[in-house]
Amino acid sequence: MTLSPHLEAKFAKLLTSYPPGRQRSAMIPMLMFAQDELGQVTQELVEEVARRIGCTPLQVEEVLTYYSMLHKKPLGKYHVQICTNISCMLTGGAELWEHASGKLRIGHREVAADGFFSLEEVECIGACSWAPAIQVNYDFHHHVTPEKLDRLLAGLRSANAV
Amino acid sequence: MLYNEPSPHEVKVLTRRFGLADSASIKTYLKTDGYVAFEKALKMKPEEIIEEVKVSNLRGRGGAGFPTGLKWSFVPKTSPKPKYIVVNADESEPGTCKDRLLIENDPHQLIEGMLIAALSVDAHAGYIYIRGEYRYLIDIMDKAIAEAYEHGYLGRNLLGSAFHFDAFTHTGAGAYECGEESALLESLEGKRGVPRIRPPFPAVVGAFQSPTILNNVETFCAAPAILRDGGAAFAALGVPKAGGTKLTCLSGHLNKPGVYELPLGFPVKKMIEEVGGGIRNGKKLKAFVPGGSSCPVLTAAECEGLTMDYDALAKVKSMLGSGGVVVMDEDTCIVKVALRVMRFYAHESCGWCIPCREGTAWLRKLLQRFHDGHGQRSDIVLIGDLAKNMLGRTFCPLGDAAAMPTISFVEKFRDEFEAHLDGRPCPYEPANRLAAHLVAQ
Amino acid sequence: MAAPVKLTIDGKAVEAAPGTLVIDAAKLVGINIPSFCYYEGLTLQAACRMCLVEVEKAPKLLAACTLPVAEGMVVRTETPVVAEARKYTLEFLLTNHPLDCPVCDKGGECELQDMVFRYGAGESRYSENKLHVDEKQWSPVVFYDGPRCILCFRCVRICSEGMGVGALGIVNRGAVSEIAPNHGDHLECDECGMCIDICPVGALTSGTYRYKTRPWEMDHVGTICTHCSNGCKTTLGVRNGQIIRGNNRDRSGINGEFLCIKGRYGFDFTDHPERLQSPLMRVNGKLEAASWSVALAAVAKKFSEVRARHGSFGVIGSTHTTNEENYYLQKFARSVLGTNHIDHHRSGDVVTLLDALSGTAGSLSTTADLYERKAVLVVGADLSSQQPFLAFQIRANYRHHQARVYVVTENEVREDGIAAATVRVDKGGELAGVHSLAEKLKTESELVIVFGDSIKGEAVRELVAFGNSLGIPVKYVALVDYSNSRGALDMGLVPELLPGYQPSNQPGMTVGEMLESESLEVLWVVGANPLESAAMKAKDAFVVVQEMFLTETAQRADIVLPAASAYEKTGTVTNVTGEVQRLKTGPSTMGAKPDLEIIGLIARDMGLAAAVGPWIADKVFEEIRATVKGYSVPMAIISAGGAAHTMPVNGRIPVESRPDLIHSSRDNLFTSGTLGRYSKMLGSVMEGRQA
Ligand SMILES: Cc1cc2nc3c(=O)[nH]c(=O)nc-3n(C[C@H](O)[C@H](O)[C@H](O)COP(=O)(O)O)c2cc1C
Ligand code: SF4
Ligand code: FES
Repeated sequence: MTLSPHLEAKFAKLLTSYPPGRQRSAMIPMLMFAQDELGQVTQELVEEVARRIGCTPLQVEEVLTYYSMLHKKPLGKYHVQICTNISCMLTGGAELWEHASGKLRIGHREVAADGFFSLEEVECIGACSWAPAIQVNYDFHHHVTPEKLDRLLAGLRSANAV
Repeated sequence: MLYNEPSPHEVKVLTRRFGLADSASIKTYLKTDGYVAFEKALKMKPEEIIEEVKVSNLRGRGGAGFPTGLKWSFVPKTSPKPKYIVVNADESEPGTCKDRLLIENDPHQLIEGMLIAALSVDAHAGYIYIRGEYRYLIDIMDKAIAEAYEHGYLGRNLLGSAFHFDAFTHTGAGAYECGEESALLESLEGKRGVPRIRPPFPAVVGAFQSPTILNNVETFCAAPAILRDGGAAFAALGVPKAGGTKLTCLSGHLNKPGVYELPLGFPVKKMIEEVGGGIRNGKKLKAFVPGGSSCPVLTAAECEGLTMDYDALAKVKSMLGSGGVVVMDEDTCIVKVALRVMRFYAHESCGWCIPCREGTAWLRKLLQRFHDGHGQRSDIVLIGDLAKNMLGRTFCPLGDAAAMPTISFVEKFRDEFEAHLDGRPCPYEPANRLAAHLVAQ
Repeated sequence: MAAPVKLTIDGKAVEAAPGTLVIDAAKLVGINIPSFCYYEGLTLQAACRMCLVEVEKAPKLLAACTLPVAEGMVVRTETPVVAEARKYTLEFLLTNHPLDCPVCDKGGECELQDMVFRYGAGESRYSENKLHVDEKQWSPVVFYDGPRCILCFRCVRICSEGMGVGALGIVNRGAVSEIAPNHGDHLECDECGMCIDICPVGALTSGTYRYKTRPWEMDHVGTICTHCSNGCKTTLGVRNGQIIRGNNRDRSGINGEFLCIKGRYGFDFTDHPERLQSPLMRVNGKLEAASWSVALAAVAKKFSEVRARHGSFGVIGSTHTTNEENYYLQKFARSVLGTNHIDHHRSGDVVTLLDALSGTAGSLSTTADLYERKAVLVVGADLSSQQPFLAFQIRANYRHHQARVYVVTENEVREDGIAAATVRVDKGGELAGVHSLAEKLKTESELVIVFGDSIKGEAVRELVAFGNSLGIPVKYVALVDYSNSRGALDMGLVPELLPGYQPSNQPGMTVGEMLESESLEVLWVVGANPLESAAMKAKDAFVVVQEMFLTETAQRADIVLPAASAYEKTGTVTNVTGEVQRLKTGPSTMGAKPDLEIIGLIARDMGLAAAVGPWIADKVFEEIRATVKGYSVPMAIISAGGAAHTMPVNGRIPVESRPDLIHSSRDNLFTSGTLGRYSKMLGSVMEGRQA
């Protein structure tokens, strides 16, 4: 499978980042970085990564299905992750989740029909002191209110309309 | 970047560069005593470095609070294998958000801490395991690492010595269990985040089957200050058996939630009322979790005279943990909190051992049903009982982390559980709105 | 040996070697600590938490499966706290486990059922919904029912560690974790079924056995696999005269828990619809059914007539028939029929090896040696595919004792993965490849050399000379093909050798020569199919065939006598390493008779029974023990179902070695000569079709 030059460079660096014979260590970073470009972990990618680090596709599958940030199905262009863990829950995270779910009309780990947004209720994302917090793709947003969320989602839509 | 105003009560040691312009850059770092501790350590013998850390009374900031100097001394001196430094930046304990700030604002402090640890055991490579959600920190860290190479603080012949050290970032991919040290090492080796059988501990058999120093970000970040100002000075900041400051993450129903660097032994009431600005909306304190969601909950009454340090919290059968203080006001439904906490552990259980895998899943379902108003009196006993049947019997401490708070919720807030009985709706959320959104995992 | 560690378990004093795990130390004094995930020989998991015990001074219960013994340690395995922990662990386990034991295939031999019976809670406090996922079929022989799986990871480990295949993995996390096959929805593997036998519950079930019977409705007959030469014990589940399954759950044979696809599933030829159940006689050019008495009388008449005029007999024996049958057949041929034209298909040069080793002692390796010796050299054989138990032993040796494995082969083999050095050679370059390893092998303290049919004749002598030059103790295995290939040689089923490798005064014709001979008057074929790939020149010869199926050879016969399979009779067989084991009768096929009996009845009908002796396996074996060199093995071992090692000769064998006659059939895991053709199961797995 052909990878972008950017990914190729990342993979090349990863393969030299671990002690000799320990290329398997590169598995999770490779999957994460590749998923960022491809939007999902495809079977083709599983096989490619397995080949590059010298393990079996099943060994990649075992790992891939363990981690909650690795996805075999494509996510939306913007993956909205709302934390409802304790600190966020106490400060309105649960309500935020309901609001987002109602607004986007999708549920947990679902993708909107147009593929633009996907939604996930996530566990603590390390923003407890600035709760409630969400992440859109990798970007953190703190002290989020339903109104702020609406503005954010609308902003993403219009930025992409052009 | 700072996400909250500092507090006048803070003692800024690890966070001293926070708020400086360009605080993450090596320029700023070097201007503010950066890498002087490393220079000093280069001239010291490994035993002397470890001794200094022992004197500092530094205890691990990742949750278990194990004395750091002692841990470093367990690395076998005569092992022919290479030795490794591993930084635990998995920060996933609910209520905890401090390592993120340390890396974001002062990544070189972490590199320097790693270098000092490396000198103490003659390690030549280090890995910073950063949770997958903190992708932006990888970029920050990678940039700092590149700067350090440029300036001769990483690579070969550091500061003209024979010492060499390489540092790498490594991303996680969403798994709380990978914060547990041996699961982290498995994950670092490209495997499922399942803990290893211990002993052997990482100090003896760690990364890549080699002796390894594995500490929390904050622990490593304390090392430069300890070497620079001396272990005794650091120790003096804290209480007799635990030195230094602790980054404390205040969250929940507070007026001024935020991350604050407080000396160990800081009074709990003062922390809540003055540092955290008191309970918001003029409400009363009901309970708080002192060190992340795995710690047994403490009631308002238990705050009296209590201080934030390992021993004081152990005395009230809780823990300082990772420093995640979650404050709950009088309108908080404890059953709902218990449910949310258990949902977390059930979601994060790696599935390896029976009591944790099945116990957390059972408790999650049971607490859900209970909170939804379908609880029975016998369930209250059952909840505590199941948690006790997990406690101390699981393969790793995740089972304990799920059991301990649960036991405390049932024991300390039994009346709230009883208030949910007989089909009555949640007294705090009469419409029982929560049930609608909870997703079956 | 370091001094033993002294400790106390349940008040009993125990001495155990340092490093022994408490769970094993307890067994030394008859204390059984329950466990699911612990499995001797596989990596430790400490996952099931059933083995928690109280240890004095420890703050909490400790897992006995990962706890090494320590001096003065005081362990309690049955205290109220321990019992309670077990009970609640079982309660946890049962939350998502279906409680439908009456309809579960594993009912009656399920470790979970037994454990709950012993320690479990009478009632469950679980009233939530159970997780459900549908059962999946991963191959014709392997089914997986997720909800029953207790995640002990035995299957995953036996597949990756034991078999070196790694076809099973663990996917997902937490309560929804499950076992997954290597190709998405199906398995591509050895189809050995080890995962099924090792599964303590009904999560993995066998496609050939599931839902056919309850275990207590079967007789469990421990016998020896009739396929390859490795001699694995397989326990046949027999109900109403039919084999329902083969397995090895009691681990009582030389093979421990090991069985390959053939040993576990390859029994179905026994009730193949084409199985012969009545003698056949050629009438007007066509084979027609006849009664035993008529058919035997016709054979006896013909044999007597040809014998009377000193006509020429050719006898071809089998590599699947028992030692008793082979011994009896050659005795009959030589002493009654007066012919030395007796032979069988040879697949390895045992004769030259024994000759080259003459004068040495202890130079023949056993299967146990392959597990225990420090280094193993594999020459010209794909062991994992052709000699699967030997390969299993070597893998286990590598895992448990860090054995150093050397490989010299033409193609890639599974052993490469554990090899200290691998040499790839062209066909015929094996010996040169071996020489290239000389320096490395000299650094070893001992060695076993396993060689295939590319090393024969002079090459065997060179190999032994090479072994001698290393200056370390070396043992050898000359690989052969089938379940009694080795026994056939030992029993003198060759024209140039009598039993025990005594040279024959007048060597007769080989198989090839018999088929080429135009003057042969009678060809008697017992359990072989020489005409599968060759023609017979003597157009008018009278052909008698003892067979299970109407093979190419049987089709040419004048009289076909239906024979019992190895699973349907008693007697002994000798495996590739010269270990003798006993067969037990499982089912019986109506109309067929064991070859020994058939030969005896022919002798009787010829009026010559006295000359060959009784056709009772035990009696014949007594004679073998008394007369065949190396076979005076202890009866106690054999009778108890054990394996006794033989050393057939220790002196020169002054015959012309016939390397030209040695060819391995190169059967793989999914083929097994003629038998394999009649096993539907072997033909049904996709790997078999590809191979
Ligand atoms: C379930 C579990 C999760 C943990 N998560 C973290 C974590 O996110 N970050 C961390 O530093 N330590 C975490 N720990 C503690 C580590 O196992 C380990 O004790 C720590 O990283 C050691 O560093 P320290 O001595 O500096 O505290 C966790 C432990 C358990 C049992
Ligand atoms: S399938 Fe059987 S052997 Fe495999 S993990 Fe499940 S219970 Fe254990
Ligand atoms: S046998 Fe010890 S935990 Fe399973």
